[in-house]
Amino acid sequence: MKLLRMRPGYGEQLIAEGDVEVAGDEERLVEAFRRQLELGMWAAVPVTSESGRREAEMVRSFEEVPRTTDRVIFFPRAAGGAR
Amino acid sequence: MTVALCATAIVVLALLWEVSMPWLDRKLEIRRANRARRRDGAVAVAGYDPGRERRAEQRARELLKSCVNEEEWAMYPDLGFVRIWGNESGASGEDVLSSDLRGVPYAYLVYPHRPVVAYLPQTGRLLNEYCVEFPDETRPYGSTRLPDSDDVLAKWMALKGDERRLITEANMHLPGRQIDPKMLQRDIWRLGRWERERLERARRAPAQPPRTAGPADPTA
Repeated sequence: MKLLRMRPGYGEQLIAEGDVEVAGDEERLVEAFRRQLELGMWAAVPVTSESGRREAEMVRSFEEVPRTTDRVIFFPRAAGGAR
Repeated sequence: MTVALCATAIVVLALLWEVSMPWLDRKLEIRRANRARRRDGAVAVAGYDPGRERRAEQRARELLKSCVNEEEWAMYPDLGFVRIWGNESGASGEDVLSSDLRGVPYAYLVYPHRPVVAYLPQTGRLLNEYCVEFPDETRPYGSTRLPDSDDVLAKWMALKGDERRLITEANMHLPGRQIDPKMLQRDIWRLGRWERERLERARRAPAQPPRTAGPADPTA
């Protein structure tokens, strides 16, 4: 599983990578995941529905991330634009 | 009694500490980034690198392509925006946008770094503009702006994953506040023509039919 973060001037940045089935890796992923949420990021998981259509799920904790997903994408939380 | 009050106070303080730590952490990071930006301000402005921005946009495009549906990906370079159907996150238009939208299919036009526009595809009626940004306050190169394609992908994921949350965070305006309604009407017309041409191409080449509309497409 890869944790990616969108950043200005970078495109996406790799935050962490590991196998969720390996205890040490999972711990590292959980820590990196929490850190991004604490920094105010939103997290989404790209998924494919049964009909084959691509969708996304917003996740608020590492436990909500499907074990089989290969990436979680972090992006800055939404803020209201021009008033 | 005093002991109980003291214990309660300690617990409350501990809980407050636990809750405020992430907030403090975030503020400190933003403060550090701002300080570094001020220190290197002149260098950062002078160091604007169009090549780096293009590379970032290229990477963002690859990420966008790998996440969205084939039809949406084809739409973006051709038209400059992506149409996303409402209702896909399970919320209804009646709940999210307006009580008048009971059962009516609606969609959003998503442009990079411009408001999201809700409209009714069947009539072309514009509903609202939702001004929303995804500012990265750490400003790695002096700007809070994500690459264009990342901005589109962030909106796509937020609308698909939790439409209500995004719409709640946005500032809502009547159409025309930031985007010219004539341009929007023209874009809706261009989208219709683009879809018809795509369908026509698919009919002529039945061996490799493109996915023009998914099952979630209310007008399919």
